[in-house]
Amino acid sequence: MKPSTAGWVFAAPALSVIGVFFAVPVLAALALSLTDFDIYSLAHIENLRFVAFDNYLNLLRNPLFWSALGNTLYFVAVGVPLSIAVSLGAALLLHSRLAWFKPLFRTAFFAPVVTTVVAVAVIWRYLLHTRYGLINWGLAQLGIDPVDWLGDPDWAMPAIILFAVWKNFGYNMIIFLAGLQAIPEDLYEAARIDGASPARQFRHITLPILGPVLLMVSILTLAGYFQLFAEPYVITQGGPLQSTVSVLYLMYEEGFKWWNLGNASAVAFLLFVLMTATTSALMWIARRKGVE
Amino acid sequence: MVKFWAMGFEGEVVQRLIPEFERRNPQLRVEVQQLPITAAHEKLLTAFAGDSLPDVGAIGNTWISEFALLDALEPLDRRLADTATLRGDDYFAGAWDTGVIDGRTYAVPWYVETRLPYYRKDLLAQAGVERPPATWAEWQQAMAAIKREVGPDRYAVLFPLNEPEPLLNLGIQSPDPLLRDNGRYGNFRSPGFKRALAFYREAFDRKWAPLASNTQIANVWNEFGRGYFSFYVNGPWNIAEFRKRLPAELQDRWMTMPLPGEHGPGASVAGGASFVLFRGSQRADAAWKLIAYLSEPGVQVRFHGLSGNLPPRRASWNAPALLADPYARAFRDQLERARPTPKVPEWERIAMEIKLVGEQLANGRLSVDQAAAELDRRADRILEKRRWMLDHHTIGEAAGEGG
Repeated sequence: MKPSTAGWVFAAPALSVIGVFFAVPVLAALALSLTDFDIYSLAHIENLRFVAFDNYLNLLRNPLFWSALGNTLYFVAVGVPLSIAVSLGAALLLHSRLAWFKPLFRTAFFAPVVTTVVAVAVIWRYLLHTRYGLINWGLAQLGIDPVDWLGDPDWAMPAIILFAVWKNFGYNMIIFLAGLQAIPEDLYEAARIDGASPARQFRHITLPILGPVLLMVSILTLAGYFQLFAEPYVITQGGPLQSTVSVLYLMYEEGFKWWNLGNASAVAFLLFVLMTATTSALMWIARRKGVE
Repeated sequence: MVKFWAMGFEGEVVQRLIPEFERRNPQLRVEVQQLPITAAHEKLLTAFAGDSLPDVGAIGNTWISEFALLDALEPLDRRLADTATLRGDDYFAGAWDTGVIDGRTYAVPWYVETRLPYYRKDLLAQAGVERPPATWAEWQQAMAAIKREVGPDRYAVLFPLNEPEPLLNLGIQSPDPLLRDNGRYGNFRSPGFKRALAFYREAFDRKWAPLASNTQIANVWNEFGRGYFSFYVNGPWNIAEFRKRLPAELQDRWMTMPLPGEHGPGASVAGGASFVLFRGSQRADAAWKLIAYLSEPGVQVRFHGLSGNLPPRRASWNAPALLADPYARAFRDQLERARPTPKVPEWERIAMEIKLVGEQLANGRLSVDQAAAELDRRADRILEKRRWMLDHHTIGEAAGEGG
């Protein structure tokens, strides 16, 4: 047996699994997105039409798709940097020598990640309540007028971002913590001897060494945040005024609520293209900067 | 083993009626599965797609035409003719009609729901409103008077923005049908529906109604008790809820009234749930026995006692429990005027658009004319497939009619 044949034989089981569970569904979805497959087609196949790119064109003409895209990009643009900043901050805090009860805080910060969205969303809905919520009560103590967090289309998305960041930052924090612990202590010692302030130590030692970790965390967070769904589904059902409808939420409604699988597949593909483009761009920037 | 899917709270309480059925039919067993009401439509469609529907189900009245078109339902006319205890003419016409599509009966109403205002007698009296309003104009006067009385932080009425029903109930009073040309196009630009849109919008413009959805009003019953709003348009299940949840001193201060119409007591949507037999059931005869049993007037009255849901048969309404209930009286009155929504399979989706456009209208993002045009545009898009199916005759006999 030639070495290359042997290689294929060894890879075959894994490749076939990927083929069956990834490539075939993706191709099927691509085919579906070119038809108007819906519940009527399921009942009688003569109700199925081949529509070529009509699903895509109709989506691009649908104002709701654009506002869903806008909402998703808003969520990503604000949520991802905020989430990374908060998790990095928490990791630095937990890593510093000043912190007490590190295991306790590590667990506490990680706890939201492992609780279910639905359970904590109920609690957050109460926290965010306009008239009885704890958050508005706190703001009132500072003399700030109550904010209609979930009822005002301008505030609903910030409220969702707040919730998502709180829910997710623990996960990245653990990864950052591992990265921080891998930095040799003698680098800091040398910097201190040279008289570098903590801020300069952070800028010239911590950040560069953390670079690859930062890149990985960014890509993971980006990919995760593009798939915003559970938070608006549970907290706002896309409202008010559809201001928290995300692309994935739109796909869910089209696909699973109304069973318009053709349309839903088209939404999924557009999201896929968008996510590939964004992460590729991120990788390209990182490669140019020499991180990786 | 008969598999029976029921939605929400009803799915829970109906289990207490099953032992009696099993006692009468010792060879039969019934397995009740409870669907959450908000996800029931999706779950039924998913079960249809996955070929795992049960033998018998209680589904929303507005979904019947959809499942009939999907060929998921068994026509019931032959079985009805053979069952003496089940007589269609004993049912409220609007409720029975929801299950009749193209002359065939696909569903038997289980409980009916029509929405009407619950109101605070004391707050109305304080504002100088002497009797419950019967027309839109009287209702507007009453709301204006209440608003003057309660001030800027409280409201006269609650129309939850996350529900299509309040606006839809106003719209269905219109003499014009909601869809036109055999359900090919939306008819929301009709003068009648526009008047409903204008009425709805004015309630928000004048701050008679808060811009709020149910999810923001953490506890509707508490807020009603606190007088946050004086009218609350909702369904009959709330009779039991208000009895249970309002404090004793408020118990004689609330009442129900028929929904005002443009020129006197108005129509409203014949909602609720109906029994259907799913096609392909291996136990259709046993399942039909269950439907016949649960439709007996006596059983319906017991079910009303357990759940507060209103029976769809006039015979059941002769029971002392219902005759003596002052809160049920307005519902009894209004049920005679309840109307089915257009029987096109896409209706559920169009109703969601009514909710969304209604929300934009209430927020002042759309004018009445724009909202009407937008609703027609959205409905026409949703109905595109239906038009194509009608034109190419691929649509089944159960296509339904518009109107």
